[in-house]
Amino acid sequence: MAYSAKARGLFAEDIQAIKDKGIYKEKRFICSPQNAEIEVEYPEGAPKKKVLNFCANNYLGLSNHPEIVKAAHEGLDERGFGMSSVRFICGTQDIHRELQDKVSEFLGMEDTLLFPSCMDANSGVFESILGPEDVILADRLIHASLIDGIKLCSAQYDTFKHMNMKHLEKKLELHQDKRHILVVTDGVFSMDGDLAPLDEMCDLCDKYSAMILVDESHASGFIGKTGRGTHEHFNCIDQVDLITTTFGKGLGGASGGCVSGKKELIELCRQNARPYLFSNSMAPPIVNASIRVMDLVTKDTELRDKLEWNAAYFRKGVEEAGLCVRPGNTPIVPVMLYNAKLANDMSRDMYAEGIYVIGFFFPVVPSGAARIRVQLSAAHTREHIDKAVAAFKKVGEKYGILGLDKKGIIDKYGM
Amino acid sequence: MAEEMKDMVLEYVIDEYVDEDDEIEVGFETPLISSGIVDSFSMVSLKVFLEKKCHVSLPDKEATPEAFDTVNKICELVRRFQD
Ligand SMILES: Cc1ncc(COP(=O)(O)O)c(C=O)c1O
Repeated sequence: MAYSAKARGLFAEDIQAIKDKGIYKEKRFICSPQNAEIEVEYPEGAPKKKVLNFCANNYLGLSNHPEIVKAAHEGLDERGFGMSSVRFICGTQDIHRELQDKVSEFLGMEDTLLFPSCMDANSGVFESILGPEDVILADRLIHASLIDGIKLCSAQYDTFKHMNMKHLEKKLELHQDKRHILVVTDGVFSMDGDLAPLDEMCDLCDKYSAMILVDESHASGFIGKTGRGTHEHFNCIDQVDLITTTFGKGLGGASGGCVSGKKELIELCRQNARPYLFSNSMAPPIVNASIRVMDLVTKDTELRDKLEWNAAYFRKGVEEAGLCVRPGNTPIVPVMLYNAKLANDMSRDMYAEGIYVIGFFFPVVPSGAARIRVQLSAAHTREHIDKAVAAFKKVGEKYGILGLDKKGIIDKYGM
Repeated sequence: MAEEMKDMVLEYVIDEYVDEDDEIEVGFETPLISSGIVDSFSMVSLKVFLEKKCHVSLPDKEATPEAFDTVNKICELVRRFQD
């Protein structure tokens, strides 16, 4: 047996080191479908507790929506359980093509390619289209899966300060000697709920002959007047070259991702992207349900309007209660606490009040910027939100932070 | 010469990694990577800058986050490869 006692001991030390740093991730079990109201077993072995969920990416409330569940059943009955193949061998059904076409139409792009996840889309897209003569210019706070994809690719890369257009322009000037320049950003940054200023970015890309890729995982289906995404919000749909997004958040919540954009770039992904070539195809029930999702978000704006209302209502509630909230207009509302222990303690107390939210601190967010990130859903009712606001008020009062600004909280608790 | 290099690197670090509205003071001994001012992903432009300005080639296995943690350490590393 090669897994020796010594090896086991060394790995156990690695685990202990994670615990010592205070960044050990506990197991949490949800014993119900994903929804606004869930049943949680936490800590492991504890009795199940009914709580309101304010930390899921279930933006449009589709994770357990009856129409989507029904479509998944139909997909299962009509096209079976799985494909047992990667896309290009025998893993593409007519419904995969139908979903791709609907996504292209919805996002306003030329063509779309499905991947097992958006993580896979982000891992594969860069290596498929760029080489050593090219450069990728990335916002410093892009999602980890984009960073991985950029590192897997032979192109050079450089970064610019988060949403800093002057710095981006400087980098665009600096890299004019490269063959292709590809600017990369998240549309909505998931930790802050910031919207990337896509209109300005696209104009800069036009000025310096650069392409742009936007990860719309936290935007597709609800940002913009009809939910197309950040490019709709900033009125620059035609200027975006590539979008990656997921079916694991607003657009359903199960799994799957895609790259959408200029048809030659999509064709190169189809030829070259390793996760497309070497990982199994999206399962038929999920594909069929995702088609229904696209129909639902295309048909009208009811769900995204409800989400927008919910987010504004929650934001107003916690602001009026005296909490320090990062300004913004997305369903991601960071309640700023700055101090990591405070964020951790308060999220535990919120759980005791029946509100499931999570504290985030360094290294997930910059040090001194700890927070509880609240995510709204169209599945939340007004009563759910009232309860969450009341809990924040009660817990905030306990820690004496109501009415304090950044400086006040830091003076009291440190960074 | 050594002081000049330190000043030049510090100026670049502030310009490249600190936002105008960040309330951080950066000096020769300020931890850059371990404090989160510079992350390992965005370290690449610093490496390219050093190689260009100081006419050195820094092997990837030497240009580690630890070796890049302060301006003083960065200058030590560069000097080692200038000889
Ligand atoms: C911005 C962003 N991109 C990509 C992903 C990965 O998506 P998926 O779950 O489909 O792999 C996520 C999810 O965490 C994300 O937040």
